[in-house]
Amino acid sequence: MGDPTAAPFEALGQVPIVLYTCLAIVVIAVLVVAGILLLGWWGSLWRNWITSVDHKRLGIMYVVLAVVMLVRGFADAIMMRTHQAMALGEGSGYLPPEHYDQIFTAHGVIMIFFMATPLLFGLFNFVIPLQIGARDVAFPFLNNLSFWLTFAGAILINISLGVGNFGRVGWLAYPPLSGLSGSPDTGVDYYIWSLQLSGVATTMGAINFLVTIFKMRAPGMTLMKMPIFCWSAVVSNALILMIYPVLMAAYIFLTLDRYLGFHFFTNDGAGNPMVWINYVWVFGHPEVYVLVLPAFGILSEVVPVFSSKRLFGYSAMIWALLVILVLSFLVWVHHFFTMGAGIAVNTFFSIMTMIISVPTGVKIFNWLFTMYKGRIRFEPPMLWCMGMIFTFVGGGLTGVMLSLASADWAFHNSAFLVAHFHHTIIGGVVFSYLAGFVFWFPKAFGFKLNRTLGIASFWCWFVGFYVAFFPLYVVGLKGATRRMQHFMDPAWQIYYIVMVVGVFIIALGILSLVLQLILAIIHGCKLKGNLPVGKADPWGDGRSLEWSVSSPPPPYNFATVPQVSTTDAYWQMKVEGKPIKTSGFQPVHMPSNTAAGFWIGIFALILGFALVWHIWWLVMLCFIGAVASFICYSFFGDHDGYYIPAAKVQEHEEAFARIEAKGRKA
Amino acid sequence: MEHIKKISYFFGAAVLMLLLSGCDIAVLQPVGYVSKEMRNLIVVSFVLMLLIVIPVMIAVVVFAFKYRASNKNAEYLPDWGGSHKLEFWMWIIPICMVSILAVLSATYIHKLEPSKVLPESVAGNEPILQIDAVALDWKWLFIYPQYGVATVNEIYAPAGRQVLIQMTAENSVNAFWVPKLGPVLYAMPQMNDKLHLISKEDGVYKGRSANYSGAGFAGMEFDWHSVSRGDFNAWVAKARQSRNRLDRAAYLNLAQASQGNPVAYYSGVEKDLYYRVVNRCVVSGTVCNEELMKIAAAKSLWGQLCSVFDPGVVAVK
Ligand code: HEM
Ligand SMILES: [Cu+2]
Ligand SMILES: [Cu+2]
Repeated sequence: MGDPTAAPFEALGQVPIVLYTCLAIVVIAVLVVAGILLLGWWGSLWRNWITSVDHKRLGIMYVVLAVVMLVRGFADAIMMRTHQAMALGEGSGYLPPEHYDQIFTAHGVIMIFFMATPLLFGLFNFVIPLQIGARDVAFPFLNNLSFWLTFAGAILINISLGVGNFGRVGWLAYPPLSGLSGSPDTGVDYYIWSLQLSGVATTMGAINFLVTIFKMRAPGMTLMKMPIFCWSAVVSNALILMIYPVLMAAYIFLTLDRYLGFHFFTNDGAGNPMVWINYVWVFGHPEVYVLVLPAFGILSEVVPVFSSKRLFGYSAMIWALLVILVLSFLVWVHHFFTMGAGIAVNTFFSIMTMIISVPTGVKIFNWLFTMYKGRIRFEPPMLWCMGMIFTFVGGGLTGVMLSLASADWAFHNSAFLVAHFHHTIIGGVVFSYLAGFVFWFPKAFGFKLNRTLGIASFWCWFVGFYVAFFPLYVVGLKGATRRMQHFMDPAWQIYYIVMVVGVFIIALGILSLVLQLILAIIHGCKLKGNLPVGKADPWGDGRSLEWSVSSPPPPYNFATVPQVSTTDAYWQMKVEGKPIKTSGFQPVHMPSNTAAGFWIGIFALILGFALVWHIWWLVMLCFIGAVASFICYSFFGDHDGYYIPAAKVQEHEEAFARIEAKGRKA
Repeated sequence: MEHIKKISYFFGAAVLMLLLSGCDIAVLQPVGYVSKEMRNLIVVSFVLMLLIVIPVMIAVVVFAFKYRASNKNAEYLPDWGGSHKLEFWMWIIPICMVSILAVLSATYIHKLEPSKVLPESVAGNEPILQIDAVALDWKWLFIYPQYGVATVNEIYAPAGRQVLIQMTAENSVNAFWVPKLGPVLYAMPQMNDKLHLISKEDGVYKGRSANYSGAGFAGMEFDWHSVSRGDFNAWVAKARQSRNRLDRAAYLNLAQASQGNPVAYYSGVEKDLYYRVVNRCVVSGTVCNEELMKIAAAKSLWGQLCSVFDPGVVAVK
């Protein structure tokens, strides 16, 4: 067998798209860094963001990472779709298999682990402490470290664009194809190490949020008075804590196979590739609930606000979440009903899968009855939510069809399946996260995103989704499988062309989103970054605690820790007409910033790179560097924190009270 | 304006094409017993699910319209957050639906289990035609043990005669799929999966691998020719004319990665070749997996527990 690390720059030399993309990325990166240095922003970037342990700032950084990765993942999608529209019958498209196969793998991995997961953690970070009336998360440094490890993973996966290859194995990398025999170059190693980094980060994040939610709720906020978004976060993080270690263990086994000649998943030496398929799906199925339950949580926050009405069936929501928590571990085999496991196994997992659709369906009814007899305002967050409900039930329909094992035998690995999971993941997850994003944006910055562009973005995504994915159901039924670099039947071309049109409509939606952000950045630049204190409840009808503080919230969130007595804590305050406190403050204790997370992240990134390319001295160096940074921080870091003086708190709270009073008069 | 016109024509044409070309949908136009049953299940479950989904979709739109903020005439109940009656129905309706579907699913899983021989009422009592399929990088090898022939990327089978396909893979996991005839089934290395199919009509049906297996995966297609008994016998006779013999050396040669392989025939297939592929002992001097398991089982209790492994290769009937 050849040297896996041979020819790292082959792709750059041979595939012009890769070369130009890499050049463009490098040029943009250099320009951005140069711009930051020239404008003298580096110091403030370092102090306020890179070393920050403030959950709100980390949340924003996660979201920025997710948006960049969304663009990257979407660029992959455009390439796949345009290529497929040309690669039928006589046509051969423009991407050879070695390249096409990397793209669908990278698209899947990036979208799930480096787009959806960071976006999720961005929302968790920003929202959860505010919603439970806490001043930060339980472990602020760990939070910063999680971000930088995620960041390192994202950079590592993108380095594979220029240096070497990415895996050509699909997003769950079944061996023996992903073993040394099927993938002798370093593509799969990039896959393994970038996901190990993200896995460590995500697991630590889950611990952080579980502890935060269980230990740091405001007095009076019992679990049954907690906002549903926090409940969904509890379940989602509990799932992460149970499943990510499984995935990471599987990656360690695969690493041993690939680096040290072990035989966990090989065809020879009594290895068993089928075990891998079970490992990854024991992870993979709950993972979809990790992503989608918080999406349900977001809807449960947004729909009541824009219906000006209480959430319908609060406790039913929680029970539904808990039922899903348990059941989601009992359905993984539905991802391989076609393995020939026999009647008993297939029947059990088929029925379990259907049962899990019950609590999911109940939630849909909850939102519907929340809208019922409300006063619905069509602001962008609500549009996303209604689009989600409308679309997600369709995805649920095909999902239930897939759960009938004997029907799945006709859908498995076909375009029908790809259509189904994009139906639920775009309609369910992406729409909801974007709803949450536009919903909480004014809380983070004190002003709303451009409304017209927001509405345009929604409609483009919504229409684009249907145009881009419905033909996929049809070609699936016609017999098109997934991961196809070329199709024999030229008659399918028309479907693929329509899908390309759909993808470009979605592109307009993403463009509108990016434009919204650019407008927001321009607005911020005009103010030289000093965003004025904004009013607490920009949408009106806010119900949970995050809407009770100024927008953007002060670094300490709550000047005095609120006392909670009902589920909709802020709504209750408004009903009682509680005035904002403007005097009698105590100094607030805050954790200090630290650069340790950043350095550990950088070491981890280089460590990953060195592992991929078998540069053992660098592996040792970076490993020692990372551990040493950690130890240094533990023993010599600044753990005392600092105090924000009472006068400063008072100053902020007075300004906030003035704004609020003005708002009330107007 | 011209552009808009052109674009709308293009769209109109595209939509029409989609509708018109809708008449070649393999999964919904099956020609075999198993695939017809699967089609029925798909259609029934789709319709049942629509009973819930359509009302929800309508409700979203209607509620959004009726309870829009500007409609001050609509009733407004800001503090209404629960109703036991409604919540009861919210759980009960999906539970009923799922119960129906569960019964349906269990019935069909039982009825269509791929490893089960088809009922006599469907397949008669003609002896089953056995095909041993091996997914190679990146082509299919089909061995006809009863006839002593083998082919690459082509299946011939008499219409109306039950076919048993045993399948395995040499390297990566693949899947055998003829959409018009029946289910997807994994062809896995070290394993043997059994699939019973029957085609009711003459015709040529597309088959392919339905599990990504590397660079040449897209080309892993074959034709399933469902023909009369006479034509089948003529085809077997033709295959027997081939000078190629499929012994272990020839197999190892064929197993080398290649793409775009034309249809090829072999006459004379080494006995036990398929067994050896499944048990990974084609290369001379290697011990078959089954043997390894027996040795392990004899050695210790641990070995015994770990060797419940039985790929279950069916010998020629
Ligand atoms: C925004 C529009 C999107 C488009 C146009 C798109 C398009 C595609 C295409 C063309 C494929 C390859 C299908 C095939 O193998 O035949 C694919 C696969 C996939 N997509 Fe997307 N996608 C989009 C968004 C997303 C999002 C938001 C996620 C997840 C959060 C996602 C997750 C995946 C996964 C996991 C795969 C499977 C990759 C594999 O085969 O291993 N996609 N997508
Ligand atoms: Cu298996
Ligand atoms: Cu699943």
